[in-house]
Amino acid sequence: MATSVPESFTRSASDLRRKLANQSERILTIFLLITITILLLTPLGWLVSTAFKEQQQIFTYPPEWIPAPALWSNFRESTTVYPFGRYATNTLIIAGLNIAGVLLTASMAAYAFSRLRFPGRDLIFMTLLSTLMLPFTVLMIPRYIQFRELGWLDSWKPLIVPNWFGGSVFFIFLLRQFFRTIPRDLSDAAKLDGASEFRIYWQIVLPLSKPALAVVAVFVFLDTWNDFLGPLIYINSQEKYTVSLGLSQFLGNYTTQYAFLMAASTMMILPTILVFIVAQRFFVHGVVLTGVKG
Amino acid sequence: MEYRAVASAEADVQPVVGELSIAVRGSRLSLRHKEALAGYIFILPAVLGFILWTAGPMLYSLWLSFHSWNLVQSPKWIGLGNFREMWNDRIFWTSVRATLTYAAILVPLFQLLSFAMALLLNTKIPGIGFFRAAFYLPVVVPVAAASFLWGFIFNSEFGLLNYVLRELGFDKILWFQEPRYAMAAMVIMSLWLFGGTMVIYLAALQGVPEHLYEAAALDGASALRRLFVVTIPMMSPVIFFNFVLGVIGALQIFTQAYIITDGGPQNATRFYSLMIYQKGFRDFQMGYAAALAWVLFAFILLLSLLVFRSLGKMVYYEEEGR
Repeated sequence: MATSVPESFTRSASDLRRKLANQSERILTIFLLITITILLLTPLGWLVSTAFKEQQQIFTYPPEWIPAPALWSNFRESTTVYPFGRYATNTLIIAGLNIAGVLLTASMAAYAFSRLRFPGRDLIFMTLLSTLMLPFTVLMIPRYIQFRELGWLDSWKPLIVPNWFGGSVFFIFLLRQFFRTIPRDLSDAAKLDGASEFRIYWQIVLPLSKPALAVVAVFVFLDTWNDFLGPLIYINSQEKYTVSLGLSQFLGNYTTQYAFLMAASTMMILPTILVFIVAQRFFVHGVVLTGVKG
Repeated sequence: MEYRAVASAEADVQPVVGELSIAVRGSRLSLRHKEALAGYIFILPAVLGFILWTAGPMLYSLWLSFHSWNLVQSPKWIGLGNFREMWNDRIFWTSVRATLTYAAILVPLFQLLSFAMALLLNTKIPGIGFFRAAFYLPVVVPVAAASFLWGFIFNSEFGLLNYVLRELGFDKILWFQEPRYAMAAMVIMSLWLFGGTMVIYLAALQGVPEHLYEAAALDGASALRRLFVVTIPMMSPVIFFNFVLGVIGALQIFTQAYIITDGGPQNATRFYSLMIYQKGFRDFQMGYAAALAWVLFAFILLLSLLVFRSLGKMVYYEEEGR
C-alpha cells in the first residue's frame, strides 16, 4: 500500500485506523498460532520427556516435565528388550523396495493415462481410480487367504509385491496430474525423430518429474514405515517384524515399561519427522497437485 | 479435485501426432497403433495389480461370504447363513453403532477444525511456514506409536490430561473405563490429525481468485460475509470431497482401538474394522469375516453413490468439463 501524500486528513485517519485494526488482527493471529502449536506438540513433548525418565519419575504426581536424571540409557535398553534395530532395518528394506516398485510401475501407468491414447483408456483409469474408495479392511480377509495359498505368509512379499503392480492408485493419479503439466512439444519432437514411447517416458518425462516422484517416494516411505495392520496380519516371526509391529509387543506388559515404550516410540517417530522436515516443500506440492489443480 | 479430474478426463482432448497416422519406415504399424500398444504395455502392471490384488480378492471374498470356513476344514456352503448370523449378532449391531457414532461425531468436527485452521494459516506473516509444518506434523507420526502415546496421556491415574483437568478444578475422568469417555478419547485422538485435511483446504483457499474478494469488499461485504458468499461456495467441491473421504476414513479406524482398548469398555470402541479383524484372525471365522467386509463395502458403495448424487448438485464447479 502506497503511503504517498494523503489526499485529505480524513482519508489518512481512516488509513491509520485500518492499519491499527490490521495490526491487532495480526497479533491475535500470531497468538492463536502459537497457542495451537503448543497444544498440538505437547503430546510429542511429553513422549520425549518420558523417554528420558527414570521409571519412578514417570508416576509422580504432579507430573514433571524435566527428566531428572535424564537417562539416555533408556534408548539403548529399549532395544535390548526388543530388537528395534533389526525392525528398523527390516522396515527400511521393505520401504526401499516399495518405493522402487511404485516409482516404476505407477509412473508407467501414469504416463500412459496422461500422454498416450488408446481405446478404453478413460474407462480403465476410472475403474482403477474407484479403488481409492476401497478401504484395506474390506480386502484384508481375501488377501490374507490369497497370500496363504501362495505360501507367502510370514514373509515380506505380501507387503512388497503389490507395490510392484502400481501400488495405491493414489500415486498413479498424482503422477498423472503432474505429467499432464509437462509440455507436449518436447515429446512430440522426439516422437517425430523416431524415439520410442519408452525412451520419451524414461529420458524426457521422468527426468522432468523429479519433484512429483519425490512426493511419491516420501508418501510410500511413510505408508510403509507407519503401516500396522498389514504386518500384523502377514508376519509372525519376530525377526521379520517391522517397527510398528515391533512396538506393539509392548501391549500387555507396557504398564511396567513406560520409559522403554516411549523411548522406542521416539526412535520410531524420529525418522518420519526428519523425512517430513526435509521433504516439506514437496508435501505441499503434492497436495496442490492432487487436491485442487484437478 | 480427484473426482473432478475423473469427470474431466473424458473431455480431455489431446493434440496428438498420431493423428497424422504416418506409416513409419520399417514398421507395419501406424503411429496410432504403436501408441495404443505402448499404452497397454505401460498400464499392464497396474491393471494386473488391480485384477490380482483388488478385483480378484473382492470376488473371492464374495464367494467366501456364502461359506463357513475356519481355515482348517474345507469351506462349507451355508447360503445366507453368515448374513443371518450377522442380523442376530448383538456384537455386530453394537459395532455398527459404535462406528457410526464415531464417524458422526468426528467427521463434522474434523472438517470444521481443518477448515478453521486453514483459514487461520492462510495469512502472510513471517514464519507462517513453520506453523503450517507444525500443524501438519502429527499426521506423519506412526499410528501405532501415537496410540501408545495417547493411551499414556489418557491414563486415568498418572496421565497428563487428567492432571490438567484436575488443575482446572474438574474431577478426573476414567477415560477408558466408561463407554462415552472412551468414544470421546478416540475422537480427540483423531482430531489431532486434522493437518492432512487442513493442507488440502489451505491449497484450495489459495486457489480462490482474489478479484472475487475485491468485488465483494467493494459491495461492502464484511469479512465474515465474504467467507460465506465467496470462500465457502468457491470451496464447496473441496469441502464435499473431504467430507466423503472423511467418512470413509472414519469407518476404517482400527489401530487406536486395537492397541488401547481392544474394543472395550462394554464394546464401546469395538469398531467395524476391529470386529472384522477379530472374527477373521482371532476366531478364524473367515466366511463370516468376509461377509462383514462385504457389508462394509456395500455400505461405502451406497454411501458414495448417494452422496455424489444428492450433494453433487449443491456444489459449485468452476470451468466444468475443461
